[in-house]
Amino acid sequence: MSELVLQIFRFGFLLLLWLFIFAAFRVVRADLFGGRTGRVAAVPPRAAAPKKRGQRGPRTLVVTAGPLSGTKITLGDQPILIGRADDSTLVLTDDFASSRHARLTNRGGQWYVEDLGSTNGTYLDQQRVQGPLLVDPGQPIRIGQTALELRS
Amino acid sequence: MPGPLTDPRGTAAGDTPTRRGTEAALLGFAVLITVVAQAIVDLTVTGSIRPEMAGFSAWIAALWVVAHLVVRKWASYADPLLLPAVALLVGLGLTVIHRLDLAAEQVGSSVTREDAPVQLVWATLGVALFVGLLVTVRDHRALSRFAYTLALLGIVLLALPAVLPASMSEVNGAKIWIRVAGFSIQPGEFAKLCLIVFFAAYLEDKRDVLALASRKVAGLELPRGRDLGPVLLAWVLSILVLVFERDLGSSLLLFGIFVVMLYIATERASWLFIGLGLFAGGALVAYQVFGHVRARVDTWLDPFAYVDGAGYQLVQSLFGLGTGGLFGAGLGGGRPDQVPVAKSDFIASAVGEELGLFGLVAVIVVYLVLVERGLRTSLVVRDPFGKLLAAGLAFAIAWQVFVVLGGVTGLLPLTGLTTPFLAYGGSSLVANFVLVALLVRISDAARRPAAPHAAPVRLGDAPTEVVMP
Repeated sequence: MSELVLQIFRFGFLLLLWLFIFAAFRVVRADLFGGRTGRVAAVPPRAAAPKKRGQRGPRTLVVTAGPLSGTKITLGDQPILIGRADDSTLVLTDDFASSRHARLTNRGGQWYVEDLGSTNGTYLDQQRVQGPLLVDPGQPIRIGQTALELRS
Repeated sequence: MPGPLTDPRGTAAGDTPTRRGTEAALLGFAVLITVVAQAIVDLTVTGSIRPEMAGFSAWIAALWVVAHLVVRKWASYADPLLLPAVALLVGLGLTVIHRLDLAAEQVGSSVTREDAPVQLVWATLGVALFVGLLVTVRDHRALSRFAYTLALLGIVLLALPAVLPASMSEVNGAKIWIRVAGFSIQPGEFAKLCLIVFFAAYLEDKRDVLALASRKVAGLELPRGRDLGPVLLAWVLSILVLVFERDLGSSLLLFGIFVVMLYIATERASWLFIGLGLFAGGALVAYQVFGHVRARVDTWLDPFAYVDGAGYQLVQSLFGLGTGGLFGAGLGGGRPDQVPVAKSDFIASAVGEELGLFGLVAVIVVYLVLVERGLRTSLVVRDPFGKLLAAGLAFAIAWQVFVVLGGVTGLLPLTGLTTPFLAYGGSSLVANFVLVALLVRISDAARRPAAPHAAPVRLGDAPTEVVMP
């Protein structure tokens, strides 16, 4: 083998290895930021940001008591389903929870809790939730043994 | 543990991509790299490509095609990076082992047994088990039902070499083998998996007690005395492995995995400190009492003082890494066979010598990708058992790579753990394939969109009256 070919092999193979890693990182990136890679991440649409009054809506839902204590859910625009059903966002394993127990919905940066016809009820502070109620950060929501609260 | 919903697209049911195409493309890339590497080795060392090359390439490609098709059919939402990362590592491992085979032939050493074909057979067995596990275990939560059975199995597997006569279980001073009729397996590799599943199920059960009942001492939430039981038990088990099997690696691996899983389950940093304290105590006592531990530590502190004896291997490894430099000697261009047992324990130094720092770092980054995907799976999956299991499995890979590479580069004392997927050794390879099958299974559950249910009614359209404050 001529020396030149060996050098091409030597650096070419390292290049190939790193190309693989580059390809893998593109997948990681696509997963983190969504959408197709290779483009500058889209600027969030202006229209969807009316909360300019310095006060930002809650960012996370934190489980403060119960078996899932410590679990944090990052809030987005999607509603959060809570219940025993496997497809809930927060799956409870609690005899006092119904399979579709409650739902948290974002409306203009504020979150509302609704009971979905559960057997044992959902409580905001001490009040049983009947219709949709506005949840303030730090206000405990109780479902069976589980307590949740919104944090900014 | 951070929440189930870290993937912003997780809730957008219906449009979650399966990403199987990505996986197929990357697997193809990994196979290409493997074949190119093999060709470069042959051309550099012998000047011509060996005739078996076509068969080898076809076999490797077939393995990954089968694995991919099975994932496509039975775990269609699985993480797209797990399998390609494994494919690349296995391919590189096979290449380096083949390269060392060639080196042995050239020197004309007494043993001209080819290890690469054997490793290929083990890899085939690994893929077979991978397929079997994905087909039979459809829901990872089913495993938690066998937790205590698996714990028993794990302990039996772990203890078996200790009670067998040395002729059947001892190789190079470590009693960690079962040798029957020419076959030798390391049951500890499988015990590791059984115990991780058990730890996950056990901690899911007991996390409340371990996390909530505590006293505050000097700013640290300390658990109650009686809750220390499990961690002490894991510690005693590790010490017993160390005493009876003289296996530093498994001992360290088991204890590390348990402490970290305990920490993940309870979110109490105090467990890490307790674990560290127990480890320090155990290490100190082991150093005082056991000769083999002291020998390892002494050669680690000053390998060049023992260059004619116990330190020879490490010194050769360091020289190899130094020879490799930044870009390496090129595949087939170095002398990695100078390091004793380069195929198994010291394969990382062979990689470092022939591919250089850039190549070795590339390998480490591939491990990093593998571990990151495992931990990400753990974050996204929505049941506590799956979270703990995925985190434990991912950590097991990370911990093993750290301890092995630390040993080879002289950062840590040598322990005798194997580099996952890369090193020669059937038990390790097959067990790690099972580990990845479990991760693939859990990642499928994590990424699979929620079962289609009635689309949530927008609050404004709901028949209830919206009470605005």
